[in-house]
Amino acid sequence: MKKHWYDYLWVVSLTYLVLGFFNILFAWLGLLCFFIPLLISVIGGTKGYCNRYCGRGQLFGLVGGRFGLSRRKDVPRWMKSKAFRYGFLIFFFVMFFQMLWNTYLVLAGAQDLRQVVTLLWTFKLPWHWAYHGGALHPGAVQFAFGFYSVMLTSTVLGFATMLLFKPRSWCVYCPMGTMTQLICKAKNHSVSSREPD
Amino acid sequence: MENNRKPRPKAWVDRSLCVACGCCAKVCPLTAISVFRGLWAQVDSGRCVGCGRCVKECPASVIELKEAGT
Repeated sequence: MKKHWYDYLWVVSLTYLVLGFFNILFAWLGLLCFFIPLLISVIGGTKGYCNRYCGRGQLFGLVGGRFGLSRRKDVPRWMKSKAFRYGFLIFFFVMFFQMLWNTYLVLAGAQDLRQVVTLLWTFKLPWHWAYHGGALHPGAVQFAFGFYSVMLTSTVLGFATMLLFKPRSWCVYCPMGTMTQLICKAKNHSVSSREPD
Repeated sequence: MENNRKPRPKAWVDRSLCVACGCCAKVCPLTAISVFRGLWAQVDSGRCVGCGRCVKECPASVIELKEAGT
């Protein structure tokens, strides 16, 4: 099958993670992975980002598929249920807003900058080498640490389910995928409401 | 002469559980499967030859091969 430029976006995803290891401020670029899918679904009414441009999904497909690191087993039934997918989306949102709240506290001067990356919303990993100081407000730096935590956590979760199940199992419960599908449902309500839910 | 050949099974998508990720569309050698408006994958049964690549690839395992009328 003919390859397109967007079939190589896994390189961008991998580069993003590596850059964040050396300089946390690159984490800000991750916002593109939030806004582009949202814009595509809100304006275009499609999941074009998931379908074509998601470098993260491509990375799982490559490592789990071509490199054979996946067991290629079916995901459990509960994992593809709407209850779990919507529940995980809500949980992800709550954690995301908690991260924004921490950013606000640093912005407001009520809390010191914490140079840690929180993995799986629990484990605080030292990450101080990735911040080299500068003129940027500590709040903006805190956001970078928080956002990189979100990106790293989702990558680790995606890798875990890639190993256990099919390479792109992350796509089943990816909060961005669930959210953009909900937006598509709302945009194409006349069609989607005719289908079983 | 009567044609006794069994019809080939075709890909069938459980739309209620499809996450519309498009992994199936990427691997279909005949571009017989596409994502409909970000909602679910849909199969062009005229093109589908039932090779089963989409079945293997689907991360949610919501595609199966079914014979027409089942």
